[in-house]
Amino acid sequence: MTELLRETALIDEHLALGARLVPFAGWRMPVQYKGIKAEHGAVRTRAGLFDVSHMGELLIEGPDAVAAVDGLVTNDVSKLEVGQALYTVCCNDDGYILDDLIVYRLEDEKLLVVCNASNRNKIASHFRVHLGNELSFEDISDRWALLALQGPSAAAIMQDVGAPSAVTDLAPFRVCKAEITGVDVWVARTGYTGEDGFEIFCASEESVTVWRALLSAGKPHGLEPIGLGARDTLRLEARLALYGNDIDESTNPYEAGLGWVVKLDRNEFVGRTALRAIKEAGSDRRLVGFEMTGRGIARHGYPIVADGKQVGTVTSGSPGPTVGKNIGLGYVPKALSRIGTALGIEIRGKVVDAVVVRTPFYKR
Amino acid sequence: MATFPRDLQYTREHEWARVEGDVIRVGITAYAVEQLGDVTLVDMPAPGEDVQAHERFGDIESVKAVSELFAPVSGEVVDVNAALESSPELVNEGPYEEGWLITIRPSDQGELAGLMDAAKYEEYLGTLDG
Repeated sequence: MTELLRETALIDEHLALGARLVPFAGWRMPVQYKGIKAEHGAVRTRAGLFDVSHMGELLIEGPDAVAAVDGLVTNDVSKLEVGQALYTVCCNDDGYILDDLIVYRLEDEKLLVVCNASNRNKIASHFRVHLGNELSFEDISDRWALLALQGPSAAAIMQDVGAPSAVTDLAPFRVCKAEITGVDVWVARTGYTGEDGFEIFCASEESVTVWRALLSAGKPHGLEPIGLGARDTLRLEARLALYGNDIDESTNPYEAGLGWVVKLDRNEFVGRTALRAIKEAGSDRRLVGFEMTGRGIARHGYPIVADGKQVGTVTSGSPGPTVGKNIGLGYVPKALSRIGTALGIEIRGKVVDAVVVRTPFYKR
Repeated sequence: MATFPRDLQYTREHEWARVEGDVIRVGITAYAVEQLGDVTLVDMPAPGEDVQAHERFGDIESVKAVSELFAPVSGEVVDVNAALESSPELVNEGPYEEGWLITIRPSDQGELAGLMDAAKYEEYLGTLDG
């Protein structure tokens, strides 16, 4: 069967590096190069380079850009300074999560919104409908590439590739315009691994130049190309939510542990009334982190059981290569969400012991 | 296409079988290992349990996913590779040697004839790619 998959501008680089490619959100993406464990370890101890050009990028420009985006997301965009970035979710009228996003205020009247590849069309049309005609709105996902350079050596590699000090001195969740090996880029101190690092936006056709320059400058630092497999284990250890697994349109930010990105006491935004009601009523379930105390690996969709009956569902689960345990996330009733609570995970008909633990599982 | 050890026989589910006296040693092929990636856990039957040819006898987990293990022949499990409990990566490092899974005392020697030799297995893999 042939599936029509899109490829990033770096596809030939991935093939030359021996990547194994898999379909992901309509894209043919590298899942691993050398192996998930080795790649995971490289990011934790040295540095890794990711091609995440499948992510969606939306550009909103105009005098009311900040106010308009502020009305579409749960976090307070009005407080964003130029050169600052913000993690947020975007909810529907019922207060359920359409996507999680990072909003970057690139210029006074210019915002960049990065969304998940799987939600790109949904979020682009949601924004288009709500933003109206006063603003310039553009889905630039096809024209922009996104690379992520992550790990303790990321800043040193940036320096060696000749990035200006404006880049190497960037504070977390700050963004600036720069030139790297002659290519115009936007660089942000953001990521999805739990490590220090950068995300680099550039024109798709120039991404090969940046990719090669970073790999070459990173070589003495032990930089490795990293696939989506390790991206998933890295983000899980850092308890960063994965849309479609841990959060979706059936979950609200409060039960997902994302109440901190919901700022109710400000201007009106989509979902505010519903979110206020959800907050006041209190969610009856919680997304918790657990580790397996018995022998087994929890996976997305496995039942969580207590006293012989199902009480929840695993949303993410895998070995945690750095924490050295099999870990996972899942929704459980509030009464079972306290740290230390014993749970069972049903793995192919067998109940294996697990315990609720504090998250993130890994903190640098 | 990689070549596979000539002294083994193979299943369509990518297990190998090696005749060693009156038992059959079983593991998974280098092809299966490459598809799986880093093996992190192997769930296997206990010695004394019966397994059925071409039916699931256990599971093998990589970082990314879980896959089922199928028995090449029917019989009684004699021995289980206990080293995999603490070192599942042995399957990646030496799938035909230290990474073996179980040995089986076959109940029907005739079942071996139904397995593929290395040349047939390589031919079969050719039909899977692309």
